[in-house]
Amino acid sequence: MKLFDLRGGVHPEGKKDLSADRPIRALPLPKRLYISLQQHIGAPASPVVSVGERVLKGQLIAAAQGAVSAPIHAPTSGIIAALGDHVAPHPSGLQVPAITLESDGEDKWIATQAVDDPFALTPEDIAARVGAAGIVGLGGATFPAALKLNLSRNSGVQTLIMNGGECEPYLTCDDHIMRERAGEIIEGIRLIAYAVSAKEVLVGIEDNKPEAIAAMQAAAKESAVKIVVMPSMYPMGSEKQIIQVLTGKEIPAGGRPADIGVLVHNVATAFAVQQAIRYGKPLISRIATVSGGAIKQPCNLEVLVGTPVEELIAYTGGYTQPAARLVLGGPMMGQQFTHTDVPVVKGTSGVLALTSKEIGQAEPSPCIRCSTCVRACPVGLLPLEMASRIRASDLASAVAFGLKDCIACGSCSYVCPANIPLVHYFNYAKGDLAAQERAKLKQEATKKLADARNERMARIERERAEAMAKRKAAKEARERAAAAAKAATEVV
Amino acid sequence: MNRITHSPHAHASVSIGTVMGTVLLALTPATLFGFWLYGWPAVNLWAVSLIAAIVGEAFVVRLQDRAVRPVLMDGSGILTAWLLAISLPPFAPWWIAVLGSLFAVVIGKQVFGGLGQNVFNPAMAARVMLLISFPLEMTTWVAPAPLGSAQAPSWMESLRITFLSQPIDGMASASLLGHVKTEFTRGVGLDQALVGYYEPMDMLWGSRAGSLGETAAVLLLIGGLFLIVRRIITWHAPFAMLLGVVVPALLFNAIDGNHYAGPMYHLLSGGLMLGAFFIVTDPVTSPNTALGQFIFGFGCGVLTWIIRTWGGYPEGVAFAVMIMNTVAPIIDQYVKPRIYGRDRKGVALPVKKEA
Repeated sequence: MKLFDLRGGVHPEGKKDLSADRPIRALPLPKRLYISLQQHIGAPASPVVSVGERVLKGQLIAAAQGAVSAPIHAPTSGIIAALGDHVAPHPSGLQVPAITLESDGEDKWIATQAVDDPFALTPEDIAARVGAAGIVGLGGATFPAALKLNLSRNSGVQTLIMNGGECEPYLTCDDHIMRERAGEIIEGIRLIAYAVSAKEVLVGIEDNKPEAIAAMQAAAKESAVKIVVMPSMYPMGSEKQIIQVLTGKEIPAGGRPADIGVLVHNVATAFAVQQAIRYGKPLISRIATVSGGAIKQPCNLEVLVGTPVEELIAYTGGYTQPAARLVLGGPMMGQQFTHTDVPVVKGTSGVLALTSKEIGQAEPSPCIRCSTCVRACPVGLLPLEMASRIRASDLASAVAFGLKDCIACGSCSYVCPANIPLVHYFNYAKGDLAAQERAKLKQEATKKLADARNERMARIERERAEAMAKRKAAKEARERAAAAAKAATEVV
Repeated sequence: MNRITHSPHAHASVSIGTVMGTVLLALTPATLFGFWLYGWPAVNLWAVSLIAAIVGEAFVVRLQDRAVRPVLMDGSGILTAWLLAISLPPFAPWWIAVLGSLFAVVIGKQVFGGLGQNVFNPAMAARVMLLISFPLEMTTWVAPAPLGSAQAPSWMESLRITFLSQPIDGMASASLLGHVKTEFTRGVGLDQALVGYYEPMDMLWGSRAGSLGETAAVLLLIGGLFLIVRRIITWHAPFAMLLGVVVPALLFNAIDGNHYAGPMYHLLSGGLMLGAFFIVTDPVTSPNTALGQFIFGFGCGVLTWIIRTWGGYPEGVAFAVMIMNTVAPIIDQYVKPRIYGRDRKGVALPVKKEA
């Protein structure tokens, strides 16, 4: 199949060999799970259990709230120990609402509803079941999967792209789920394709995963699912870029893949869909790679959502040396974290403990305008110009240079010889712009309220004046009438 | 190191120091050849240039209360002085090198705000300043006298040449471009002017009168290709600059071969090769995009040819580069990459349904 060019991009050192030959192992049942209520894009889920309640594995413990949200299920059986805050898997280390589940060690499933012929279900039913199973995009974006299915079914899907790129260094979780569970993934892909009536199904896999490619090709033999081998390059696994490479199409700025008749899902999401539809199992676990130069035995683990990452690290044998930086996800777009009791969430693809040599961070020096960042940008931006505007607090100019089109892939920062933290600048600016936007909205709302109040006060004043005038007129009329009557009686 | 920072948590193994170091490495063959060709005076001049730049830059950075070490360690000041040194006449007196180097790093770079902020290529700005201020010293060329040959000045003689400005009898020569320009003023055409002066093979290897490190076209070309292979520079600006010289040279040579020299003559003479691979590729003073760099390089090439052909000076690379330096921000303003999902004007692509 003809592939299209990816603009820019970089070739970071893969480091996948650390964990690439480690089959998926299940992490032993942890004692306590901290299940965050915000594991997806959208509104946080709302707890439907109370403290002290006994729950079974797979039981709904928090329901979706609003249009964009996802429900959350108990990852194992046990007792709800607390409904309160726990440290968030976020660089800030702030607390977020979470459900604390004390495991009873029995890991007893709730009664699940298996389906013998999932293709007999209606597409609407499949989307509904995917939604009820709490499935979100497992590639990292964690957008509720059912919403994407419904959106795409309504607008029509020409091409369903399954993302098996896994272009982030270190991570091998998608690699291994494709190697070991290809049959389930292909069925999940066919279910998604059926749910949105996709005309064409492409699975893009980078050529650095030959075993996964072979396994997926063997599993897809009898189906219309086409396995496409893509060159290894970062950010091949980014939604916009994989669409561009496989179809040559671009998502219009500010739009969605559905605008060009494309739907993109991660291969691990397809596995979750298959489990949910065929076995009625909600999304309560995922595969995560534990790796990095400071990890004794890098490996791929199947972990329950809510497991503190320190348990993952301890299970792999701990550190060989103090980690210079801990990262959730891959090194290119992952998030730094400081507390090892942060829980695994649905979007946690990796837990990395990196050495300072691996990070390669140095003090930034002045920009020499070498434009290596321009050549690396897969979007066609001028990172050096945007950063210099942001440094000068000229965010409007940075936006004019395309700040809002930045996908924060980190290619520019990665190659910058001056070690300038470009993505840091961009995220700062995006955050500041969002804050400004909110402040503006708030100001407008306040102004609207103030205007309404002024108008109301003026109306009340006016009405009171009118009423007073009326009363005065009535009184005068009465007095006049009385006077007239008096005069009349006097005359009489 | 518990500072919280955004991704990426990985970095390519490059730094400004490695970039500058690679460029210096690429310059080394042509420079060593210049040392051999012109002997000890060339070595003296090169050393004086570098020392002046280092001391001068350290002094002004100190004046600004900034840390000196990181500024010197990035290697950019050394590169500037090195480029200036190899563009000087090899027997030029020491003060030419000192003045030039100080002008380059202090006025050319630090006054603008230091590394990355200068508008003009510092080495070329210094060269133009010297050429305008000291035309005699800057155009006194010598015939090659390779180390080890009979005419080669001894080390003691070299000190007198560099530091006491004592001319050496019988070594003065003219550069090809200068010679031809002079002959034109006497009404002599190319058919006679080139006799004994233009031997393409000598030109290629660099065995001729000229600047310290500008004559060895092949070695400069190899250095440039090395930089392209190492991805320090791209082919756009160098190729475009050569093209910018070749195209008008071909055209006018076809019209009047006795007055307008052919492309080989232009490619192999003066500072064109140095300019194409080491000057117009200066990241600070050139545009950001591939197309922008092509336009920039082409402009440098055409202007070089125009100045060589019709200008008052025999060589035009330095002037051409400075003129195009002023245009670089304008090129950047108009030549931008197309952003994903948008057309060239920045408008979002239309939503098309193929369902």
